[in-house]
Amino acid sequence: MKYFTKKFVTLIITLFVVSLLAFLAFQVISGDPAAIKLGTNATPEQLAALRHEMGLDRPILVQYFDWLKNFLFGDMGTSYSYSMSVKSMLAPKLPITITLTLMAFLMIVVVAIPLGIWQGKHAGEPADVAAGMVGQVVMSFPPFFLGMIFTLVFGLIFKLFVQGQFVNYTESVSGFLQYLFFPALAIALPKIAMTAKMLRSSVVQELRKDYVRTALSRGRKFSSVLFVHVLRNALIPVVTFLAMTIADIAAGSIIIEQVFSIPGIGRLLLASILNRDFPVVLAIVVMLAFLVVFVNFLVDVLYQFIDPRIKVS
Amino acid sequence: MHKSLRNLILVTLILAMVLSLAACGGEKAAEPDNSTEVETPSRAATNEVNVGIAQDLEDSLDPHLAQAAGTREVLFNIFEGLVKPDSEGNIIPAVAADYSVSEDGKVYTFTLRDGITFHNGDAVTVDDVVYSVSRAAGMLDDGAYMAKDTLKGVVSVEATDDKTVVITLADTNTEFLACLATTNVAIIPEDYADQATNPVGTGPFKYVSRSPQENFVMEKYDGYWGEGAKLDKVTYLITNADSLVMSLKSGAIDICAHLTADQVRSVEDQYNIEKDTMKLVQALYLNNAVAPFDDVRVRQALCYAVNVDEIIDLVVDGNGVRVGSSMFPAFQKYFVEELSDYYTQDIEKAKELLTEAGYPDGFSMTITVPSVYPQHVQTGEVIAEQLKAVGITAEIQQVEWGTWLEQVYSNRDFQSTVVGFDTSTMTARGMLERWTNDHAKNMINFNSPEYDELFRQAIVCTDDAEQTELYRQMETILAEQAANVYIQDLYDMVAVNPALDGLTFYPVYVLDLSTVYYK
Repeated sequence: MKYFTKKFVTLIITLFVVSLLAFLAFQVISGDPAAIKLGTNATPEQLAALRHEMGLDRPILVQYFDWLKNFLFGDMGTSYSYSMSVKSMLAPKLPITITLTLMAFLMIVVVAIPLGIWQGKHAGEPADVAAGMVGQVVMSFPPFFLGMIFTLVFGLIFKLFVQGQFVNYTESVSGFLQYLFFPALAIALPKIAMTAKMLRSSVVQELRKDYVRTALSRGRKFSSVLFVHVLRNALIPVVTFLAMTIADIAAGSIIIEQVFSIPGIGRLLLASILNRDFPVVLAIVVMLAFLVVFVNFLVDVLYQFIDPRIKVS
Repeated sequence: MHKSLRNLILVTLILAMVLSLAACGGEKAAEPDNSTEVETPSRAATNEVNVGIAQDLEDSLDPHLAQAAGTREVLFNIFEGLVKPDSEGNIIPAVAADYSVSEDGKVYTFTLRDGITFHNGDAVTVDDVVYSVSRAAGMLDDGAYMAKDTLKGVVSVEATDDKTVVITLADTNTEFLACLATTNVAIIPEDYADQATNPVGTGPFKYVSRSPQENFVMEKYDGYWGEGAKLDKVTYLITNADSLVMSLKSGAIDICAHLTADQVRSVEDQYNIEKDTMKLVQALYLNNAVAPFDDVRVRQALCYAVNVDEIIDLVVDGNGVRVGSSMFPAFQKYFVEELSDYYTQDIEKAKELLTEAGYPDGFSMTITVPSVYPQHVQTGEVIAEQLKAVGITAEIQQVEWGTWLEQVYSNRDFQSTVVGFDTSTMTARGMLERWTNDHAKNMINFNSPEYDELFRQAIVCTDDAEQTELYRQMETILAEQAANVYIQDLYDMVAVNPALDGLTFYPVYVLDLSTVYYK
């Protein structure tokens, strides 16, 4: 119980610090949301009127604590650019980015873990060496580059999806998933290679340990030793890595959403930063920070399951 | 505990492997099927088009508050004023069926069109008109209304009966009708609070929905008073600049305006490319208040050092028209064509002028350019290269649009910049007023008492020919004083699905979709 209280307090402090930093960042960088909205036909009077309307003429700390107070009561404010409530803007976009992230994550887990075990088991054999070489190459592809290759090959040549014609989940769930398949793959591929490599070396290291020899000498089958003893130890660093990957994937989706024209949180975040639309930026940043902290918490719990010697309390 | 955990892990792993095999196998099996199944959807059958826009309408949809040129471009299809521009630059009646102007040019009388309705079905009344014009002019509250400045001279807006609205001005203003012919003075229903998010107007299309950074949807309005839209539905797809070409190639988009020369080359085999000038003036704008550009000889030297034709060739593949002052060619009667050749490249002359001004070895300068506009960035690069011939080292500083607006436009903290200036109203005043000495938009700090005096005369002048002449003289002063290094009005290149026809260009920055139809 004490553990959960501690985690919860950490979460609150992290979110507070992150939101404050994001807020202050906007005070440091140049660019005024009112000026951006009015453009090159603005007069100082119009600018002053709009700044007043947006509440930008109040002291910075007053602005921040007003925002914080409203946020805590579930009011994320109104977008400067769109004059829409931030909540109504984010609500339909969250499922898109979450689906993309989960799809990519699923691909990583489903492909990398069996691959890593297999490579570990067959370490040094030609197939493993070949897989390692391919993995090394794939690992070095940045997702946006893979994304561009995919749009060209799968979108324009094989016509597996119509680039630019995003299908929303409200129209067709299967079309939605089909559109997200390649973007998810572009994010997942390099991570698959990294995860597999990590798991492979982890397995190889464990296989050299005394307990494996002992178990084998007692007549246990190799596969049983591998899956019951070795894997449990080998997975610990991989789980840590995967947890960090989730945050990475969420961040990577910002780029991938641009490449594939997916109207998710990432595209909104980027546009909002350029427009200095900070009610939107703050809401997204706080959500991303929450995701990172929350995943870390899940991993702590997961450790305990994999290795009961690790106690969370 | 141990046993159940072991089972759990085993089951998870087996499941993972099975899934991975299924995924690999499934994908291979599915590929050939999908390639025949997914084809470019036929929007012709449902009489709808997808229009690609690189930038979302990050704006209020309230026409009186919407400022971005990109928003006005779209809202033109949904809203109308009492009058509106046609494709030839004339001002034609819209919500008003007719109008008359008093002899002294101060009283405008508008007759409301019979049977005209808003998209919500309500009839347009004179009260709506009075409300709309007063609100846009900032007479009701102190909101940030865009037309406040151009409608400054309005003294009163009154309904004299249920068909007639009379607008009275403090002074004669021959350009007043043009000021009314923008969506910033659109007629909207009184007592309707959701204009910013769910706009209601009288135009040929009605608003359906929007999703930020995704799309903006409008449908044909069946109750339109005029000829009406030929398409049933238009979806604007927000497609960022990097993936625009791919989206055109895949057929997801039917119409896309504002393409760069590079983008046109990639898609011209699949699309008809239609073009017209953008109605803006691209120039190397110089801060006339800071050294060395406070010296007219230095500014002239720059004009002589630059080769405009080369810029047009290199940056836009020849798709631009030379300009020599702050006026674009589409404004035929105001455009002084001779000024386009006022300066032609003459390196010796440029060096002479620089020596006279005390810079025999040239100097270093900074060109601040907004990075979102590739044409302006490239123009800056070509200029920097050309200036080397006279010993001037120009450094390009790319900044974000928001930074540009604050640093260059609002604070005037810059040496030089490459951008394009346009006007929100179809008036010469919209282009020329900003360079009068104490004007809030006089970003370049241009200072010529003669220019200011001509402007004062022009705005009160009731004789059209005389007024035109005064404006033309103002343009000449801008050229003689080398206020800026004037370059071009770029062509706006629009990719259009070959199955479509009827796209018409306007002398203002709008994209009228009501005339577009499937052949």
